[in-house]
Amino acid sequence: MRKNFARLAMFALVLMLVLAACAPAAVTEAPVVETDAPVATDAPAVVTEAPVAEQFVFGLLMVGPYNDNGWSQAHYEAGLYLEEKLGAKMIYLDKVNPADRPGTTPDQLAEELVAQGAQLVIFNSDDMKDASTTFAKAHPETYVIMASGDQVWTDGKTYEELPNLMNIMGRMEYGKMMAGCAAALTSETGKIGYLGPLLNDETRRLASSAYLGARYCWEQAGNDPAALEFKVTWIGFWFNIPGVTLDPVQVSNDFYTTGYDVVISGIDNPVNLGEAQKLSAEGNKVFGVAYDYVAACDAAPEVCIGVPYFNWGPEYLKAITSAQDGSWSSQFIWAAPDWSDINNIDTSSVGFVNGPALSTEDAAAVDAFVAELAGGLDLWTGPINLQDGTAYLADGEVATDQQVWYLPQLLEGMEGLSAPE
Amino acid sequence: MLKGRLGGFIFQFLAFVLALGFVSVILISAGASPMEAYKNMLTGSVGSMRKFAEVLVSFVPLLLVTAGLLITFSAGLWNIGVEGQIVLGAIISVWVFRLFVDSTLPPALIITLAILGGMIGGALWASLAGALKTFGGVNEIFGGLGLNFVSTALTLYLIFGPWKREGVASMSGTAPFPDHFSLPQVPELRISLWALGIALVGIVIVYFILQGTYFGLKLKAVGKNFRAAYLLGIPTWRYSMYSFLICGALAGVAGAVQVAGVYHRLIPSISSGYGYLGLMVAMLINYQAIWAIPVALFFAALNIGSIQLPIVMKLDSSLAGVLQGVLVLFVLLMEGIRQKFLKKA
Repeated sequence: MRKNFARLAMFALVLMLVLAACAPAAVTEAPVVETDAPVATDAPAVVTEAPVAEQFVFGLLMVGPYNDNGWSQAHYEAGLYLEEKLGAKMIYLDKVNPADRPGTTPDQLAEELVAQGAQLVIFNSDDMKDASTTFAKAHPETYVIMASGDQVWTDGKTYEELPNLMNIMGRMEYGKMMAGCAAALTSETGKIGYLGPLLNDETRRLASSAYLGARYCWEQAGNDPAALEFKVTWIGFWFNIPGVTLDPVQVSNDFYTTGYDVVISGIDNPVNLGEAQKLSAEGNKVFGVAYDYVAACDAAPEVCIGVPYFNWGPEYLKAITSAQDGSWSSQFIWAAPDWSDINNIDTSSVGFVNGPALSTEDAAAVDAFVAELAGGLDLWTGPINLQDGTAYLADGEVATDQQVWYLPQLLEGMEGLSAPE
Repeated sequence: MLKGRLGGFIFQFLAFVLALGFVSVILISAGASPMEAYKNMLTGSVGSMRKFAEVLVSFVPLLLVTAGLLITFSAGLWNIGVEGQIVLGAIISVWVFRLFVDSTLPPALIITLAILGGMIGGALWASLAGALKTFGGVNEIFGGLGLNFVSTALTLYLIFGPWKREGVASMSGTAPFPDHFSLPQVPELRISLWALGIALVGIVIVYFILQGTYFGLKLKAVGKNFRAAYLLGIPTWRYSMYSFLICGALAGVAGAVQVAGVYHRLIPSISSGYGYLGLMVAMLINYQAIWAIPVALFFAALNIGSIQLPIVMKLDSSLAGVLQGVLVLFVLLMEGIRQKFLKKA
């Protein structure tokens, strides 16, 4: 009896492991076909020794799946853009996080890309910041771009001299303001939910920017500012890790079923749209704002009212060109939208696309708001108080870059955790 | 032909071929060349010194865990809780590092304390599963699984709560320790010879216990026939507890090495699944310590080599896990078939 049980348990365990291993393979293998042809069948060592003459090879490490309809996909598309513009070659690895690739570290995986010929490596996540520093120090001959980080910001809090590393980030604060504006105009209940990832400087300032945009447009539309509710719920990471983070689908559902009729995604993918789509099909009037990737609304156009997105191509192009022609300099770049056309793929690092679910009238109001921002409207102007009521910006005082980047709390009027408890 | 060592070997070889064939079918159905995939995995694991060093980084905890599991398996125990024992080893070692983060004591001493702390942490956590089994009558599989969940919850609580990074609440992990808290590594490579030494010492001790001591003999007696061992005067419950303690200590060291040698901080998946992988290795080698090194090395090589699959062939690297699982499955299956034939013969 006991033996049988042990045998059964053994069999079940093995089967479980096999299934666990099989499942993701099946999912991710399908779309593989469309990506570029596999590298020449020669052993990798050969490739390293003799890269195709003059062709620049860059590596890209993405924290999530390359087709996540969000943060990582925006980077992947930028990589394709670089291949096209520069005739360069991209080598990439996605799902670079300890949950998906147990036992590995990003700096180790970056070395795998270098072994395949990469002369420059892009680390695409805040989660890889420490690893990018480690890697940059260990490989001074390899160029490194750390997206969203601030290590080489001379005015930053964590400045380090890393000559081969560049920080690149878009001023998404503007994009989030537009997202907040669209949300406030669309909401009938005056309750906006913000699906927050983890809590840090970046996420605090972006959630707060969304709030500033929402409040501005809410008031412009003639509503009572006191009637606007804006709540942030943090899930604990950039995307769902079962058993580790809160489930963003569940969080979205909680928002939608408690009167928050618009949810803005602040995480790496727009799962809120899926939930909105489901509830909308059941007759509820709910909407969502996507994030990160220009075509993210396509996932659920009937409930998507817009998407603020990153366009990494232009700044990456400049950085790689500088690496090629020898003018590279370690610097911190926080790129603003191209106000003459925020959706210009060749010039604007941050853009916003109105979603199909945004009404014509509201779309016009959002466009007018974008024009105001382009004209110099700065919502990071006092009086602004922090969530606990302390004054942050005096009346008329315009926030410095440091004050925005390192925002210590959420703002007064926002609900949700400001700092870890 | 079926009997004896040769027969066993032939059947195992057959199982290996079948497993490779099975995975090849999966690869072909995904439109990829199996030969190319295997070649990439091979060059990706032993193609350069650096890659082989990465294999060793993965080999160290896997070997330690396997060594520990050989002890509990010998005592007839299914220590599924080994995963949590790794985690607790990691947690305690992080705790020790945190205690001494501003201390002027020599780093070598602090690292030693952290590893010893990990050892104790793993052993104590294992003793919980052992106590549940011997005093509470809770099957060690269920007790272990439950404790695994508790250890994960504890990790998440520490990362998100008391040990969070300043101003940050993220499941990403705690702040990394200063460089001098790392196990010294071979220049240009990520492997620490100290870590490798610890793992080898671990398996040698286990081999010695099982092959050359009365203690080992009694453990095996308990494992082979609990009741008979009891009647012959072996304090069976005590031997069960000893085996849990030894296995937990080794798993705890594995966790401490993950902290001091690989991640330098606490992350949610600090165990990297080496506990479950170690169970597979132990099953595959039919609980014979002598085979632990080559098979653990092979599994580690599959883990590291498979990183090439997404980079070079745009395939998912979980293929390594499929191969590992299928291999164990076929080996067990072939063994079952052999036993059937033997009975008939």
